[in-house]
Amino acid sequence: MKLSELAARLDLKVFTGEGGLDRPVGGGYAGDLLSDVMAHGRKDDLWVTIQVHPNVVAVAVLKDLAGIVLANGREPTAETIERAEKEGVPLLGTPATAFELAGRLHGIGIKGS
Amino acid sequence: MELRRYRADLHIHTCLSPCGELEMFPRAVVGKARAMGLDIIAVTDHNSAENAAAVEEAATGTGLTVFPGLELTTEEEAHILGLFDPGTDLGPLLAAVYENLPDLPSKRSFIEDQVIVDAEDGVTGFHPRCLIGATRFSVYEAVGLIHKYGGLAIASHIDREAFSIISQLGFIPSDLALDAVEVSPLLRFDEARAAFGPLSPLPLVRFSDAHRSEEIGRATMDFLLAEPRLEEVRRALAGRDGRESRPS
Repeated sequence: MKLSELAARLDLKVFTGEGGLDRPVGGGYAGDLLSDVMAHGRKDDLWVTIQVHPNVVAVAVLKDLAGIVLANGREPTAETIERAEKEGVPLLGTPATAFELAGRLHGIGIKGS
Repeated sequence: MELRRYRADLHIHTCLSPCGELEMFPRAVVGKARAMGLDIIAVTDHNSAENAAAVEEAATGTGLTVFPGLELTTEEEAHILGLFDPGTDLGPLLAAVYENLPDLPSKRSFIEDQVIVDAEDGVTGFHPRCLIGATRFSVYEAVGLIHKYGGLAIASHIDREAFSIISQLGFIPSDLALDAVEVSPLLRFDEARAAFGPLSPLPLVRFSDAHRSEEIGRATMDFLLAEPRLEEVRRALAGRDGRESRPS
């Protein structure tokens, strides 16, 4: 499923990275410890987190993730948006909790490993 | 000015930290620090510094220098040490921290573990907020706040799997104005340098993070300084003006 379709179905807000929305989402990962995501995130995963520090963009680039969804209504810092824009990393958001969003993602066919 | 060696453990909790043992009263901390041959200690409770002055006072005349300090929890849940010169008034800094610490309802029994004391080990109160929570400061804001009050900002125990800037943020942001990074006593200094040297150009220190009396002085640095002042430690960390910083 393409990120654009997924974002529309789950009503996700797009902060930046519209250019990357054509990308297919291969799976999902949730976590707020960036060291853990660096260890266990897989290429093409959609990453659900509440961390808003600019380092999330670096981790997404490093692991070639499909995109980042900030859960719980968390707002990215200006620098995080700027870095995501520059790197072309889709940065999305939802008022839903990480638990709730992971459930909805699973419901439309996005699985973890 | 003549330089001499000062043995320092700059990461020590007191009975104010909910995870610190109740035995960590000023006299016990000072007594153990002296017994371990320490010249400088720092009092670094979680998100507070309300016992620092009492420990400073308890050390008067003992030859031990006490830096007031605190260990801030950032919104990313990374721990950052703030160390200050003896006698620094941390009132305005603490007011800013408390304003940004969620007022979590705590059980009475839990708050009773956050003991405020005087220099004679007398209990003068209990801190009402839950001090182990995360502040609303980002790592950048935490470092900025510490620097605003003239302090040194050191990322705590970066080798640990919890509450370290590396566990939380994956790596140390290169634009974060830290003065040093600390490793825990779990690693030897040479192991730490091999593991973290390539990841960060920042000076590396190793302190005890003591929560219990017997842990005080289990990891220390030897600083070559003209006098036991924060500015001298800053120079030692940077290796300036003949000042040096070495693992003990």
